Amino acid sequence: MSESGGALRALPAVTVLLFLLPVAAGVAGTLLPAFGYLPAIGGHALSLEPWRRLIAYPGFATSLGTTLFTGVAATLVAVVLAAGFCAVAHGRLARTAGAWMAPVLATPHAAIALGVAFLVAPSGWIARALSPWLTGWTLPPDFATVGHRSGLALVLALVLKEVPYLVLMIAGALHQVPAAAQLNVARSLGYGRTEAWLKVVLPQVYPQIRLPVYAVLAFSLSVVDVALILGPGNPPTLAVLAMRWFADADIRFYFPAAAAACLMLLIVITAIATWRGVEAGVARLGRRWIARGTRRGVASLAAAAATALAVAGGAASVLAIAGMLLWSFATQWRFPAALPDGWTFATWARQSGSLAATTATTLMLALAATVIALALAAGCLENEARTRRRAGTRSLWLLYLPLLVPQIAFLFGAQVLLIRTAQDGTFAATLWAHLVFVVPYVFLSLADPWRAVDPRYARTAASLGASPWRVFLRVKLPLLRGPLLVAAAVGFAVSVGQYLATLFAGNGRVATLTTDAVALAAGADRRVIGVYAVLQALLPLAVYLAAVLLPRRRLAQRTSAVGRA
Amino acid sequence: MNGLELAAVRIALHGRPLLGPLDVRVRPGTTVTVMGPSGCGKSTLLAFIAGTLEPAFTAAGAVRIDGDDVLALPPERRHVGILFQDDLLFPHLSVGDNLAFALPRTLAGRAQRRAAVAQALAEADLAGFEGRDPATLSGGQRARVALMRTLLAAPRVLLLDEPFNRLDAALREDFRRFVFDHARERSLPVLLVTHDAADAAAAAGPLIEL
Repeated sequence: MSESGGALRALPAVTVLLFLLPVAAGVAGTLLPAFGYLPAIGGHALSLEPWRRLIAYPGFATSLGTTLFTGVAATLVAVVLAAGFCAVAHGRLARTAGAWMAPVLATPHAAIALGVAFLVAPSGWIARALSPWLTGWTLPPDFATVGHRSGLALVLALVLKEVPYLVLMIAGALHQVPAAAQLNVARSLGYGRTEAWLKVVLPQVYPQIRLPVYAVLAFSLSVVDVALILGPGNPPTLAVLAMRWFADADIRFYFPAAAAACLMLLIVITAIATWRGVEAGVARLGRRWIARGTRRGVASLAAAAATALAVAGGAASVLAIAGMLLWSFATQWRFPAALPDGWTFATWARQSGSLAATTATTLMLALAATVIALALAAGCLENEARTRRRAGTRSLWLLYLPLLVPQIAFLFGAQVLLIRTAQDGTFAATLWAHLVFVVPYVFLSLADPWRAVDPRYARTAASLGASPWRVFLRVKLPLLRGPLLVAAAVGFAVSVGQYLATLFAGNGRVATLTTDAVALAAGADRRVIGVYAVLQALLPLAVYLAAVLLPRRRLAQRTSAVGRA
Repeated sequence: MNGLELAAVRIALHGRPLLGPLDVRVRPGTTVTVMGPSGCGKSTLLAFIAGTLEPAFTAAGAVRIDGDDVLALPPERRHVGILFQDDLLFPHLSVGDNLAFALPRTLAGRAQRRAAVAQALAEADLAGFEGRDPATLSGGQRARVALMRTLLAAPRVLLLDEPFNRLDAALREDFRRFVFDHARERSLPVLLVTHDAADAAAAAGPLIEL
């Protein structure tokens, strides 16, 4: 093997270290202060005092309850809607659904949350559309939707964002199951299309999307940006509470903040373990249900209802962003008018100064993170192909780790580490924090198409005398151009959407569209919020469309070469 | 008439004629064999009868089962049983649950359904196999379970899409006899497609070459 081959072989280890080390160090750096140890601010002895202060917080029980309810409800609803949609749409909408979901997939959580805030607010678009002709309201009604104690608005935004993601994961997992042939068998045995999918395909697909479901669960329980925009204000969800205490001017709040972050980790671990247990129970009941032989039951109706809700959710997401777009060009938009009074570029013009700098930072971070992540992922996959050693299920868990550990539980510790090394607030530190999340998503997006490339292409090229690198550059990369572009778009979108990672690693000094948009959410002019939300949604969407549309035009005639990618 | 009847069936792929016109009558308890090289559209013909034709194909003609035109019905209401080269046992279900899946809902009650499954297994020489994972069965055992599953759904017609191909020679003969005996016993019209002349001989019925 050449020297470069040796470097390639070290790449998987380097990649794992790059994003596992910060997670491990970050968790340790949160765990210690949670037990009173952080010498830099006077915590020298281990104690349970931070936990006592956390539990003594007046809203603690409510906060805990809201956190559990919103996280579990959002995940449960998203899984049910995604599965119901796939059951009904299988073989019909599946081919076009990808294109329809792209806008929601690419839009950062914060932008969707800002749009949802306007949709469901008492002075929001839905209320305006129904007023005054139906409701009689000439002034916004006096009740809370956004920030309501129940956290339902938070659940709604999470569901809108996660359903398309889970549908995409199911669509990917379908490649591993001979679904078409098995569905034909089930139908010849008398089962309707939807019933057959639920009983034959879903039980085989679910194990394949288990990790993405857990990632959604962990994310929904511990999300900060969406909860800041839509969640209950006082007491907030636990992750927001931890965040608020971390940011407190009184440095002694660090200790209960760390305790709250650790509790977050504990909650996520418990929730995933419980979910796993419930899965087993549901599977047992499911097998009994399947053996009963019902050909056309309530399940088909439930799936139809889930599909209707999922489609309505998609429409709501589009409306949410459309509302932001209208606001950004509005002169005035008084309640209860359904549309703005007039149109203007003034808001965009007024924001252009600060927007330019923030957009530049956002773009540079996203481009750098995407390029590095692509290089790492492609290198690891190429190494895998050359050594013919395929990463097992266990390493998939490693890859998912940053997506399963609540961000707040390790980003705080990582920040302490960065401050120690005087790296906090730098571009490099922020980029590193972004990579922790961008690398797994890019790898997951690239892995299946990469492994699906027929190895005989490379062997044929090699037998024609091409060196491994020449094969890589002239055969593999061109064959995988489509998937590489999609992975790049995914990485770009993930980076643009990062809130907590930017905030902590940037230590408040690196401002991106997402951090600014979330900061503006509380109380700023809706027109300004509109500008930020639109730009935040537009950047990843533009990259995504470019990635999907560009290769399609050139490769349309040669689809066999790219396989199922 | 009773049995399966194909009248002036034509199938085209992307508008180009692939098969037909074809007129076939299969009486209850008999087998008609359709033979031809791969790619001649014989599996497509079965998919057309079962109602699972891919959208790339277009078809014309009539398919009647016991006198009823079934083309307007969705696959699940045609009562057409089909066996493929792959047994396609559902890997997430035990052998017993695979069979229970096929039992009509009209057979209610857990005890009765269990008894029906047990009887089917006994007929297939697999008594007591209810709890087994299909993956732990041999090829011949899996093939027999697949046939029993198809028959438990009480089909009006049995379609065979080269189901003997995957088995090695010794097993093949046993399984052929197993399939044809069961079909005769139930007076099922059977349409077999194959490219193996020995299959056609074992079917001992009219032969159509494409």
